Parts: sequence; C-alpha cells; structure tokens
Amino acid sequence: MVFTPEQVSRYSRHILMPQVGGPGQRRLLESKVLVIGAGGLGSPVVLYLGAAGVGTIGIVDFDVVDLSNLQRQLLHHTADVGRLKVDSAADTVAAMNPDVQIVKYAEPITSDNAMDLIGQYDVVVNGVDNFPARYLVNDACYFLNKPLVDGSIFLFEGQTTVYLAGKGCYRCLYPAPPPPGMVPSCAEAGVFGVLPGIIGSIQAVETIKLLLDLGDSLAGRLLLFDALAMEFRQVKIRRDPNCPLCGDNPTVTALIDYEAFCGVSIVP
Amino acid sequence: MVSVYIPTPFRRLTSQQPRVHVEASTLADLVSNLERLYPGFEGLLYDDRGEFLNHLNVYVNNRDVATLEGKGTLLREGDEVAFIPAIAGGVR
Repeated sequence: MVFTPEQVSRYSRHILMPQVGGPGQRRLLESKVLVIGAGGLGSPVVLYLGAAGVGTIGIVDFDVVDLSNLQRQLLHHTADVGRLKVDSAADTVAAMNPDVQIVKYAEPITSDNAMDLIGQYDVVVNGVDNFPARYLVNDACYFLNKPLVDGSIFLFEGQTTVYLAGKGCYRCLYPAPPPPGMVPSCAEAGVFGVLPGIIGSIQAVETIKLLLDLGDSLAGRLLLFDALAMEFRQVKIRRDPNCPLCGDNPTVTALIDYEAFCGVSIVP
Repeated sequence: MVSVYIPTPFRRLTSQQPRVHVEASTLADLVSNLERLYPGFEGLLYDDRGEFLNHLNVYVNNRDVATLEGKGTLLREGDEVAFIPAIAGGVR
C-alpha cells in the first residue's frame, strides 16, 4: 500500500512516531475491528479508531438513535434521532475519514451470528449493555482466539480490561451474572455522560496497541475508574483453572443459551 | 480501622458515601459489622449459602481474596477492602 499525499498529511502525527511510523499506519489501514454496540462506549471507540485510520470497522447495533442517547453518544447527532445507529455512525465516520470502511450489522449479537461475525475481524471491542451479550461475546472470542477489549460502565464507575485466550476471561472474573433485578441498568439508574468517554477512549488505546503490538496490554489486569473520587485502581485477573470456559476441564465447549444462563432477555 | 471502598451500586446503603471505615479483624467480621451499620449490606455480598456472590469480587489491598483466605482473610489496621461487582452498561 502506497500512501496518497493526503494520507501522509492526515496520518503525519502517527507516521512521525517511531512506535507507529509508516509500517504501523499501513497496518492500521489494513486492520479490521469489530465494535459491538454503537452507544456510550462504542462512540469514542469508533471515533478514535476511525480517526486513526483503522481500515475496516464493523459495527453491531440493532437500535435506533434516541434523544436521550445524545448526552454521551458522540457518534450521533440531533438530526439522527430515529435513524439506525449503524447508519448514523457510518455517516459520522465518513465525514471524518473517507479511508475507513464501516460494515453495518443492524442486528443483535446472538449465538447464531456471533461466531461468523467475530471470525472476520482481528480485534473485538465490547460495548454492550447487558449480561447475556457479555458472556456470549466472551465465549465466542475465546473459541475463535480473538482479543477482546472489554468495557462496562455504571453511574460514575467504569471497568475495562483485555481478554486474551489463556490469560483469563470474563467468566474467570465473574463466574455468573447477578441475579435478575439485583443490578439496575443505566436506563433505570442513569449514567454520567463523560464516563463512557473515559472508558471507551481507554478501549480505543488498547485496541490500537494490540493492532500494532505496542506496549503492555491490560490483559491480566482489570482497570477500575471512579469519576467521583477521581481514582483509578488496578486489580489482577488470573485464568481460573476451574473456569467452565478456559479452565483445565471446560464444560462450556460451544455457545449456549445466554438468556437462559442469565435468567433475562437479551433484548431489553 | 479498615477502609472500605463502596461501589456506586451499593452507595444507597451508605448515604452515598464512597468510603467507610470499620473495625474488623477478618473479612467475615467486616461483613457482619457492615450489616450492623448498614442493614441490607450483607444481602449485596452473600448468596443464600453465605458465600460471596458470583458476580462480586472482593479485594484486600487490591489482592483478590479468592487468592488469600476468602472470608477468613485477616485484616490489619490501615488495610483497604474493595467490593467490585460486575456492571453491564455500555450502549443505552
């Protein structure tokens, strides 16, 4: 791939850095990242990956833009209310960087499509808002040996990490979801608008580091952020030898019924 | 006194305080004392067998108590205990 003069200028601040350079920028342009959820977390992820010139970004989201999303979901604008989030996201990225191809999946992630979708990408970024989809994406990424950049938020707090096969997974960290009704959703409890900007931006950092094989990833570490206290905390994540997915004697060997596992509906 | 980090979903029990200080010599002790000070707290931590819930991790000085002595983990003056539940938000 030969850079056009416009690309040399557009990506000059990356190309100048020895850690990225021309070869790294080329690698980004040839990379494929799947972002699951084009909402609070997905917005900064898609915006930064798009600006950085990640060549193909798949976006999975079946929802339409609601006025109440705009307090934090920077991919979408007032005129987009009522449109599919994948359409709105694609237009936003197209206006920012024509080098990026957005592949739109206006459907929920399910046990039927997860392996096929995830199998086509280099890295998966998780920004889903419910437990069944979190376990589903975790399991599918493990089976396909795809790095998963995970993030979640609630009120003023966020959590983010990277799962690499063999270094622990979501089930090692949280073997089972909370009983239904125990943890309210953001739609019920609210969420501080800037919070997904912080967590999603960290997810974008980790994604680009993985694509370029730079630095130390968050694999094996859970990063916790409390906006009110303005505190970051790190705790270790270990692969659990008893994990039903990635442990020594796995019992989960194919995708399961995640709604039944969580006792809730996957589509709220 | 042990410093206890209260995650946002639990703060309704602590009048929104993010951190409380409690006397305790073990983790099990700490949970009993938290329940006494903030009725209902234990129900956020234990399942019906009295074990920590599966969607909750407990850290003493940022070390997972599953790698220490679980509920029997000894606590010392100045230790920090953090309760970190799974959260799911992202999209909506």
